[in-house]
Amino acid sequence: MAEKEKKTDYTNPKYYSNRELSWILFNTRVLNEARDKTIPLFERLKFLSITASNLDEFFMIRVASLKDMVAVKYDKPDIAGMTPQEQLAELDRVTHELVNAQYSTYTRSLLPLLEKNGLHVIQTHEELTKEEGEYVDRYFKNNVYPVLTPMAVDSSRPFPLIRNKSLNIGALVRKKGEEKELEFATVQVPSVLSRIVEIPSHSDVRKVILLEEIIEKNIDQLFLSYDIVCAHPFRIMRNADLTIEEDEAADLLKEIEKQLKKRQWGKAIRLEVEAGIDKRLLKIIEKELHIKEEDLYRIAGPLDLTFLMKMYGMEGFDHLKKPGYTPQPVPEMEGDGSIFEKIRKEDILLFHPYQTFTPVVDFIKQAAKDPQVLAIKQTLYRVSGNSPIIAALAQAAENGKQVSVLVELKARFDEENNIVWAKMLEKAGCHVIYGLVGLKTHSKITLVVRQEEDGIARYVHLGTGNYNDATAKLYTDTGLLTCSEAIGEDATAVFNMLSGYSEPRSWNKLALAPLWLKDRFLSLIGRETEYARQGRKAKIIAKVNSLCDRDIIAALYEASTAGVKIHLIVRGVCCLRVGIPGVSENIKVRSIVGNFLEHSRIFYFENNGEPEFYMGSADWMPRNLERRVEILFPIEKEELKQKVMHILDLQLKDNVKANVLTKDNTYEKVDGRGKERLDSQEAFCQEAMERAAGREEAYHSRIFIPEIHIEE
Amino acid sequence: MGVKTFAAIDVGSYELSMKIFEISPKDKLREIDHIRHRIDLGTETYTTGKLSHGKVDELCRVLCEYGDIMKSYRVSDYKAYGTSAIREMENREIVLEQIKMRTGIHIDMLSNSEQRFLDYKSIASKGESFNGLISKGTAIIDIGGGSLQVSLFDKDSLVTTQNVRLGILLIREHLLKLKPKQSQYAEIIEELSGGQIEVLEKLYLKNRKIENIIVVDEYISNAMAKKDRNYLEHYIDKDTYLNFVREIRECSLTEMGKYLQMPEESLVLLFISSVLVTKLLQTTGADRLWIPGVTLCDGIGYEYAEKNKIYFATHDFEKDIIDCTQNISKRYMGSKKRGETLEKIALTVFDSMKKAHGLGKRERLLLRLAALLHDCGKYISMINVGEASYEIVMSTEIIGISHAEREIVANVVRYNYRDFDYYHDGRSIADKHSYLVVAKLTAILRVATGLDRSHKEKFRDITALLKDRQLVLTVNTPYDITVEKGLFSSKAAFFEEIFEVTPVIKRKRGI
Repeated sequence: MAEKEKKTDYTNPKYYSNRELSWILFNTRVLNEARDKTIPLFERLKFLSITASNLDEFFMIRVASLKDMVAVKYDKPDIAGMTPQEQLAELDRVTHELVNAQYSTYTRSLLPLLEKNGLHVIQTHEELTKEEGEYVDRYFKNNVYPVLTPMAVDSSRPFPLIRNKSLNIGALVRKKGEEKELEFATVQVPSVLSRIVEIPSHSDVRKVILLEEIIEKNIDQLFLSYDIVCAHPFRIMRNADLTIEEDEAADLLKEIEKQLKKRQWGKAIRLEVEAGIDKRLLKIIEKELHIKEEDLYRIAGPLDLTFLMKMYGMEGFDHLKKPGYTPQPVPEMEGDGSIFEKIRKEDILLFHPYQTFTPVVDFIKQAAKDPQVLAIKQTLYRVSGNSPIIAALAQAAENGKQVSVLVELKARFDEENNIVWAKMLEKAGCHVIYGLVGLKTHSKITLVVRQEEDGIARYVHLGTGNYNDATAKLYTDTGLLTCSEAIGEDATAVFNMLSGYSEPRSWNKLALAPLWLKDRFLSLIGRETEYARQGRKAKIIAKVNSLCDRDIIAALYEASTAGVKIHLIVRGVCCLRVGIPGVSENIKVRSIVGNFLEHSRIFYFENNGEPEFYMGSADWMPRNLERRVEILFPIEKEELKQKVMHILDLQLKDNVKANVLTKDNTYEKVDGRGKERLDSQEAFCQEAMERAAGREEAYHSRIFIPEIHIEE
Repeated sequence: MGVKTFAAIDVGSYELSMKIFEISPKDKLREIDHIRHRIDLGTETYTTGKLSHGKVDELCRVLCEYGDIMKSYRVSDYKAYGTSAIREMENREIVLEQIKMRTGIHIDMLSNSEQRFLDYKSIASKGESFNGLISKGTAIIDIGGGSLQVSLFDKDSLVTTQNVRLGILLIREHLLKLKPKQSQYAEIIEELSGGQIEVLEKLYLKNRKIENIIVVDEYISNAMAKKDRNYLEHYIDKDTYLNFVREIRECSLTEMGKYLQMPEESLVLLFISSVLVTKLLQTTGADRLWIPGVTLCDGIGYEYAEKNKIYFATHDFEKDIIDCTQNISKRYMGSKKRGETLEKIALTVFDSMKKAHGLGKRERLLLRLAALLHDCGKYISMINVGEASYEIVMSTEIIGISHAEREIVANVVRYNYRDFDYYHDGRSIADKHSYLVVAKLTAILRVATGLDRSHKEKFRDITALLKDRQLVLTVNTPYDITVEKGLFSSKAAFFEEIFEVTPVIKRKRGI
């Protein structure tokens, strides 16, 4: 056995899945939620909308970069041995399938159900009654017409810029009274107006129509001296992978602003058109935008399903939505006294969105006002609009505190937002660091330095999620508030490093990427492997969003082979394959897709009966481990360890929202028949409410579950 | 509140670092922050004697940032010291003034012996183990970029301290020129350092029993801390150290980097340091080590706490300076007894003259050193004792005192024998202050020498009293003092000139 173990090459591509295809599987799992009949109808709309926006981003980043690779003839195979060309070919097939599934869900399941529940979506303007038609025409004249910019193309006018992700209506037109050839005209469906327009209805059934249908109906108003031959919506996706030459960009801020403007001009990589589009019109668009056949998507329904999120927000259909959940107060934070006193009393574990994000905001707010506080230091990756944290930081600077903020300008799609905040903080007197050359700062850490009776004290918040009070209501994340001296020292060292000073001589508790985090993970996994070989207790539980790092996966394979029991909870991409004889027989992978976006990263290592728990900002992806600043922090207090164990435990027992990866690389819902139904997110909501109400027992009774048993 | 926040800045040859301390009688030195910025000042000043604009700018920029950091901690005081890179600078004063104007931070320069003394204080700052260790034969090995300092202790006192040109950066330069394979590193480093260590062994280490070694360095301590933080707190036995060294040597630099989580550029330096320490372990035959991982900043903090009387050392550092000086005197066949008598008389005079000379504790120490070394030049020439003594003092490092202070001692020793050179003569004493100190101490030492003319220690029991413009020296001795009395006036003339006070010898009545 030992010899056989040595011979296996765990990096063999056949043991791995392609990252992009695995991502498609993830989006399919989200789509499955939209197809799940047990879920309230409007929640299903939301899931479908999410699959659409996910896919948009996937195209702009992943597909675009594969296309770039093919364009420069880069043909190094990926982790699973596929060249970019092969990946694109395979993706072409599966994304078309996915899109078909999206629209069949929309038209075959959701539309009829909406109808049944009193919401009629008028598919085409031709279906409007006369009275309704008059209403939309008026609506067009008063609201839409003033913001439209129709553009015609002829020999003197070049083909206009079609903006990335925008919805447009293309038309073929002909000068009135002339037999001249057809000309191309286009108009963008304005994003400032709601896509969904409700039409007054006399019955119980409410009626809505999409904005593009209203424009299409009135398109002749836009090109008065022309006859409209045909008009159809179309939409394009452009390459948006921002590559910034940091070494050359003297001023990063300016460079990103420049790049942002450029983003709209990237090469078109996908064209969506209405299924029944006029062939001549399509030909013109394809030609002008250099679209190849495989990049064309003929859509049997409305383009860009993200409008469904707006539909979800429509007033009225509350019985078709999941009742809203209010994040619960954190019991440790209740009562009199400053937040610092509370942290001094004990380390506090936060679990969002089940528990409110307020303690984190308060932490910074109170620090801003507290006369004893000397300095506040924080990393910001993505913040909400109108962020109370930004406001508190600005106030702290005005109050004379030393405020250092690392604002990561390179946070994808968020650059614009971040630049605005960064400038505002600078104005308020904060010391703003605009990220590090060549690295994205993804860690989430806040340090408050306080002058106390017996000297300097440091308070630290470490988290798995961004300092964003808006997403903290939707993403599941964990955080730790502590005044541990060892962690405080490390936190100071982290900010020294982020300010450009040398690495400290040694770290107490924290492990940082890109320095040593990967090695740390490998050694933690390796330790379990050793224990297993010695016949001692060895187990790994890891909850991450993505798993695609070859070294980590190979180490997990080796551990599995040595006999380590490995349970992985991977929300999204997972390049690891399960059930390969002699490689991954001891590994189980599950993915939880629920109402909240699973986002926390938690790691458990059995360590021969003295379990170690870690949390962090990093996924097991090469980019997290090698090209980002990430922090992994330990949970050391016994009570908190139990709480974390409980979180992992419930997720491993989830039989409602969990999908299990199978040997043939597909995901299957857990067969919950004959078992008590357990939706972990629901359970966490319930527990948080009970805890907030002071009924601790209910919570504790669930903690002490010694062995984890997972049903296949 | 009893807690003082203090910043210690070390403008080193390759690094500009700052430590923020909280100093209190209770917690002593508590390190709050340690900020380090890599900046290579050494290469420029060693080769050209000057610092380029770019480097001065960078230095100023970082010092300004350090100033902000100090402000953010509400630091109540700071001390900034420059070491060898600053020492080697020809236009030092100009640049330091520039830096002061641009950053508000005043940098003092440390001579090698002061720097090493602070390093040595930094060890003491780390606690109780120090006193325990140095009661036995102990060598402190202070590994620097440009040189290596070896100090020997026995029975709680400093026996000797020597500076050897075996800096790790220097060795690395040689090493990189040779481009050896990693497997050859150890051998080559041993060859490069062997000669000097041999000399050291012959002259100073032979016949001494050295049981412990204390290592002051950055790299070994760093590496060992990564493996186990406890290593820094206690002494470890020789085998633990040698095993550790073997362990790291067995892997490639890349593996080593991963294992120790150190950047590769530091690994070579670690390697060199470990070879040097191993070599010294073998040479001395010591069997215990302590690698406390202290830096100059710790010593600066310690010195500050001491000076400001926030807490006191359990170790008497002044005694180390005296011990060390006595050992120098011994090397040149100075009589211990005579030196002590002279020292006693000189100090009696010094103490009684406080009002007249206005000098402080530090000058008193210098006078003691001058008394102890007053005739070391005899070893070379009986005729030119003054000049020879001057040269010996100028070329012998005395730990704990600065170059300028040593110059004072050397001049006092010199003028004790020959005519005094007045300031306008343009002789070697650089500044007016030192000149006056030399004059005053010379005057006192001359009187003391005059009283001990016969070297028979007749004046061992003496009291002094300043009264009007007379210094009455009352001696309690059974011996005849005709010679001293008769020849005294020539020695006293300079004293009168300097202080406008006439020394008078009286014999205690009743004898």
